[in-house]
Amino acid sequence: MTEPLLRVRDLKTYFVTEHGSGTARAVDGVSFEVQPGETLGLVGESGCGKTVTSLSILRLIPEPPGHIRPGSFIEFEGRNLLTLEPRELRAIRGNQIAMIFQEPMTSLNPVFTVGDQIAEAAIVHQHLTRRAARTRAIEMLKLVGIPDPEERVDHYPHQMSGGMRQRVMIAMALVCHPKLLIADEPTTALDVTIQAQILELLDRLQADLGMAVMLITHDLGVVAGSADRVVVMYAGQVVEQAPTPALFARPLHPYTEGLLASVPRLDAPPAREHGRLHGIPGQVPAATAWPDGCRFHPRCPYAWDRCRAEAPPLLDAGGGGEPGTHTVRCWLLTDPRRRTPHP
Amino acid sequence: MTPALVDVRGLVKHFPGERGLLGLGRPRAVVRAVDDVSFAIAPGQTLGLVGESGCGKSTVGRTILRLIEPDAGRVTIDGQDVVALGARALRALRRRMQIVFQDPYGSLNPRMTVHQMLAEPLAIHRIARGAEAERRIAALLEEVGLDPSFAQSYAHELSGGQRQRVGIARALSVEPHFLVLDEPVSALDVSVQAQVLNLLADLQQRRRLTYLFIAHDLAVVKHIADQVAVMYLGRIVERAPAPALYAGPRHPYTTSLLSAVPVPDPKAQRQRIVLTGDVPSPAHPPPGCPFHPRCPHPKKDTRCRTEPPALREVAPGQLAACHFAEQPL
Ligand SMILES: Nc1ncnc2c1ncn2[C@@H]1O[C@H](COP(=O)(O)OP(=O)(O)OP(=O)(O)O)[C@@H](O)[C@H]1O
Ligand SMILES: Nc1ncnc2c1ncn2[C@@H]1O[C@H](COP(=O)(O)OP(=O)(O)OP(=O)(O)O)[C@@H](O)[C@H]1O
Ligand code: SF4
Ligand SMILES: [Mg+2]
Ligand SMILES: [Mg+2]
Repeated sequence: MTEPLLRVRDLKTYFVTEHGSGTARAVDGVSFEVQPGETLGLVGESGCGKTVTSLSILRLIPEPPGHIRPGSFIEFEGRNLLTLEPRELRAIRGNQIAMIFQEPMTSLNPVFTVGDQIAEAAIVHQHLTRRAARTRAIEMLKLVGIPDPEERVDHYPHQMSGGMRQRVMIAMALVCHPKLLIADEPTTALDVTIQAQILELLDRLQADLGMAVMLITHDLGVVAGSADRVVVMYAGQVVEQAPTPALFARPLHPYTEGLLASVPRLDAPPAREHGRLHGIPGQVPAATAWPDGCRFHPRCPYAWDRCRAEAPPLLDAGGGGEPGTHTVRCWLLTDPRRRTPHP
Repeated sequence: MTPALVDVRGLVKHFPGERGLLGLGRPRAVVRAVDDVSFAIAPGQTLGLVGESGCGKSTVGRTILRLIEPDAGRVTIDGQDVVALGARALRALRRRMQIVFQDPYGSLNPRMTVHQMLAEPLAIHRIARGAEAERRIAALLEEVGLDPSFAQSYAHELSGGQRQRVGIARALSVEPHFLVLDEPVSALDVSVQAQVLNLLADLQQRRRLTYLFIAHDLAVVKHIADQVAVMYLGRIVERAPAPALYAGPRHPYTTSLLSAVPVPDPKAQRQRIVLTGDVPSPAHPPPGCPFHPRCPHPKKDTRCRTEPPALREVAPGQLAACHFAEQPL
C-alpha cells in the first residue's frame, strides 16, 4: 500500500462555549487517511463536525474559543501539520492543500475582481509577475468552464451567478495545482442542474490534475456518484468507514443504515405504494452533551444495555480486503444476532 | 372526476423593474415571475411544484393565497373566487387555506412561546378560548409529534425539525382544507426531513388535506405528490400525474432535471445529461422556447428560437410545452 497523503489520527477539536453551557466536543477522536489521487467522501448531518475537521487540518480553527487538543495528530506527506511554524504552514496551505468553503459568497472578497483574487494566490505561492498571474487567472477561468474568460476576469463576484461564483472558488483553489483539495459542501447552495455541472467539473479536474479530493457533504447521492471511499460521522466521531460500493451495499452502522433509509429516492416506489420513510427517530444531540455509552444509542433501534453503558470502539468488519478496510463503531459487530430485520 | 378544490387559470405576476440607487439610471426590466400558470388540485391530493431557484414557485404559492396580489388570472378555492374577494370575505377564507414556509428559523415570532403562537390564530379567528383553546393546543402538539412540555419554549430553543412542526401545527390550528407547503423540508437534515415528510403524509390522510407542495428536490416530490408541475422561468413546462412524469418525462428540461438528481447507489449506471449555462434571468427570458439556450434536444431548430411552444396534451393527462414532446429525449 502506498503512503497516505494525509493521515489524521485521534483529532480532538473542542470549543469553550460562551454562556458557560460547557465544552463543545465538536470533533472528538477522529481518525482517517486520504490516499494520493483518491476522492474521500465525508458525510453526516448538520453539526456532526465535518467543517471543524477540515478547518482543523488547515489549522484555521479560531482560538479561542476553539483549540485542538494535545495528542491529536495530522500528518501531510509525512510532516506533522500541528507542529509546523506559521511560515511553513502558509507554504502548504493554499499551495499543497487548498479548500473550497461552504458559502461561496462569504469567501470571495466583494471589492476585488475575480481575476485579482485568483492571481493573488499565484503571485504569493508561485512568485509569478502580475502579468503572468493575470494570464494564469484567465487560463483557470477557462479550465473551470466560465464563458468569455477574458472579459469575466475583470468582473466582481456580485456580477456572477451562484454557480459561476462556485467555479471561481474552484479556480482559486486550483491555481497552484494542490495535491489535496478539501471541498466543503461545494454544491449544497446550488440548483441541481448547476450542482451536476460542478460535480462533473471536479471529476474532470481531478482526473486531469491527479489530485486527491476530500468531499464533504450531507448528500449520500453525491457521495455515491463521486467518492472512492466514505467516512460517516456522527456526534463528532467516525462511526463507519468503507469503500463506497461496500458502504452502500452493506451499511453496518445503524446510523448509516437509518440515513440511507431516510432519503426519498428517485429509483424507489412512491409513498402511496411503499409507505413511509424509515427515518431515524429523535435528533442529533448537542456537542456539549453527547450521550454516554454509544453516542447513537438514544436513537438506535437495536440498542441494549451494553450500548448505554460502554462506548464502542471502531471495530473491523472484515468483508475481504486488508484489515481496516471497513470499520464500524458499533457493538452489533460483536453480537450479530441482535441485528434483527429492521425493528 | 371530482371537482377540483383548487383551480388556477392563467395566473400572472410581474414585478416592476426597480430603478437603481436613488432612483437614478434606467429602470430595470420587469421580472416576469409567473407567466400564465394554470393547474387544478383535487380534494385530498397533492400537486408537487418543482423547478430551480427563482423560477417562480413561491410567487405562485403566495399569489393564490393572495399574500401577493396577482396581475391577472383566476383562482378558485373551495368554490370561491379568491381574486375577487373583499378584505372581509378573504379573512374568512384564510381559515381554510394556510401556508407553511421553508425557513423554520425566520417564520416564527422569536418573542412568543409555542403556546402563544398556537393560541393566536385560535383567538384571531374566534375558534376557541379558555379551556377549549388549551385542549386544542395540547391536541395539536400531540398531532405533530411534539411533547407537551414544548408549549412553554421559544423558537430559538427548538431544533429545525421541531420548529417546522410548530409551523405545521400553527397552520393546522384553524382547520384548513388546503395547505401551501413552500419547501417545508428543504432546510432540514435528511433524518429529520424523513420524519416531517411522514408527518405530512399522515396528516393528509387523517384530515383529508389538499397540498400544494413546493420543492426543488424531485425525489422528495416523487415520494409525496399525486400530480407534478415543473416550472422554468415563470412558466409550467410540464404537468402530469406523478407516475407518468417520472416514468416518461416529455419535456427535455424535466428529463435533464431527473438525470441530475444524485442517486444514493454507486451501481446506478445513469446517463447524466449535464445542462450547459445558467438559468437565464426572468427579467430577460429568451425568445421562442424559454429553455432553448440550454436545451440538449438533438432536434432543436429555428422554431425553438422563435416560436414559444404551447403547453399541450401529449399523452393522456400529460402536458408538455416542447415542439418535440412526441420525441422525448
Ligand atoms: N466557533 C465555534 N464556537 C463554538 N462551537 C462551534 C464553533 N464552530 C463549530 N462549533 C460547534 O461544533 C460542532 C460541529 O460543527 P461543524 O460546523 O463542524 O458541523 P458540520 O458537520 O460541518 O455541520 P453542517 O452540515 O451544518 O455544516 C457544532 O455543534 C457547532 O456548534
Ligand atoms: N417582491 C419581489 N419584488 C421583485 N422581484 C421579486 C419579488 N419576489 C420575487 N421576485 C423575483 O421573482 C422571481 C421568482 O421568485 P420566487 O421567489 O417565486 O422563486 P422560487 O421559485 O420560489 O425560488 P427559490 O427556489 O429560490 O425559492 C425571482 O426572479 C425573484 O427575484
Ligand atoms: S452500539 Fe448499540 S446503540 Fe450504538 S449503534 Fe450499535 S447497536 Fe446501536
Ligand atoms: Mg459544515
Ligand atoms: Mg421559493
